[in-house]
Amino acid sequence: MVTTSEILSTLKMIDREKLDVRTITMGISLFGCVSDDENRLCEKVYDHITRTAKDLVRVGEDIEREFGVPIVNKRISITPAALISGGIKNPVKLARALDRAAKETGVNFIGGYSALVQKGMTAADRRLMGSIPEALAETNFLCSSVNVGSTRAGIDMDAVRLMGGIIKEAALRTARQDGLGCAKLVVFCNAVEDNPFMAGAFHGPGEGDCAVSVGVSGPGVVKSALENVRGESFDEVAETIKRTAFRITRIGQLVAREASKRLDVPFGIVDLSLAPTPSVGDSVAAILEEMGLECCGTHGTTAALALLNDAVKKGGVMASSHVGGLSGAFIPVSEDVGMIEAAERGALTLDKLEAMTCVCSVGLDMIAVPGDTSAETLSAIIADEAAIGMVNNKTTAVRIIPVPGKKVGDTVEFGGLLGHAPIMPVHPFGSELFIKRGGRIPAPLHSLKN
Amino acid sequence: MHEVKKAVVTVLGTDSKGIIARVSAILFENDANILDISQTVLSDYFNMVLVADISSAACSFEKLSGELTALGEKMGLQIRIQRSEIFEAMHQV
Repeated sequence: MVTTSEILSTLKMIDREKLDVRTITMGISLFGCVSDDENRLCEKVYDHITRTAKDLVRVGEDIEREFGVPIVNKRISITPAALISGGIKNPVKLARALDRAAKETGVNFIGGYSALVQKGMTAADRRLMGSIPEALAETNFLCSSVNVGSTRAGIDMDAVRLMGGIIKEAALRTARQDGLGCAKLVVFCNAVEDNPFMAGAFHGPGEGDCAVSVGVSGPGVVKSALENVRGESFDEVAETIKRTAFRITRIGQLVAREASKRLDVPFGIVDLSLAPTPSVGDSVAAILEEMGLECCGTHGTTAALALLNDAVKKGGVMASSHVGGLSGAFIPVSEDVGMIEAAERGALTLDKLEAMTCVCSVGLDMIAVPGDTSAETLSAIIADEAAIGMVNNKTTAVRIIPVPGKKVGDTVEFGGLLGHAPIMPVHPFGSELFIKRGGRIPAPLHSLKN
Repeated sequence: MHEVKKAVVTVLGTDSKGIIARVSAILFENDANILDISQTVLSDYFNMVLVADISSAACSFEKLSGELTALGEKMGLQIRIQRSEIFEAMHQV
């Protein structure tokens, strides 16, 4: 039997250290809805999603109440929209249907307005990518992602070039909300098919009809556990993080199993990510600082993050029967109060963040840059990040917001879980000729390692 | 044989008369059976953990949880009820 002190320690984690389950995400395959008639496709998609996910929010709330652990988001991910919209001319209609379905089911977000173009783009991929700015501007719940590279295929630099322009346009079309559209658009390399976290969630073509996956969280719990081992060696630090991650993940596994049973949908995966929120005490940066850094972003940050990321996985993997998704520590700047502070103090720069993404999940996330940043510079930032993912066989992503009308020194407020961020400087030197080349960067060699 | 459903009730707050009596009355009215109870008062701070069997068909978790929360609000205490699996998952391998 569990002891009283164990019960009270769980309550402390939930109340004071903000332990929560970040998301229950239902992945739904839409291959069965394919049609070359726009209206028919939209109708089938809407019907299928609202029928399959009709109980998702209610079940999420029931589990939250019965187990007493907050479940922050309920979400839906779908088959990448480019794969089902090949027969229609205007994918924006599909975007609106998806948005209506999200509203009807009561979920927080629906993800999968996506294209997988790591090797090349079909006509449908191009149509969908071109429609992303309009789709994001006209919907409330829709999230979009594009995979532009992979370790096996290399990087599709034509897609990278397009995405720079698409991000600019998405920002301009949502200028009145400070470019909020870009906060719902992720550019991936090595995208995973079962990621439950937004904005990059989609239900990959290798998945079954339907699955529920869970993303856990709990940076506050890890930070608090580390407070007990101040001054100890890194062996102790790693051990403490592992033990904490195990506990957090067990809750994720329990919630995932329970949701799967109640919804009568197969259990997908538990994503072992440490996802911060803008509220105080829920910060990944604070964990790094607890390890002994004066400010996140200073020398030593990459090493601290590498240890954290690895220990979280080692602890979590034994706690769950299926681990997947992105699984690692997230470092979204605007969503992490410690990162925001570090950026404001000038300790955390785009270049340091890029280095940090080599050792953690996922990439340059929720970074606000000046509104006059050129499309080519955005593309070049994407190319750099994709190269890190491609060479290191890991997922990397870019979610960057060129905030219209803002410059370095300004702050942008997105509100809610998206938080606020200082505008960070980008290098003033151009990359136009580099991006103009197009073509593909070949897949890297992964043998002859000497 | 039906599955045994257990819940953990925790009560935290300033000590006053009749806390246990009222909490157990609500459990009794909802056909829940108290399996274990532990209570301490540390410098006027009341702290109770109670484990109850809530498998009875007559026991609705939602109703029970609502009544306990309402009692907590009335008495100025933090009372909550949670399924026991969450604690077992977290602290037992």
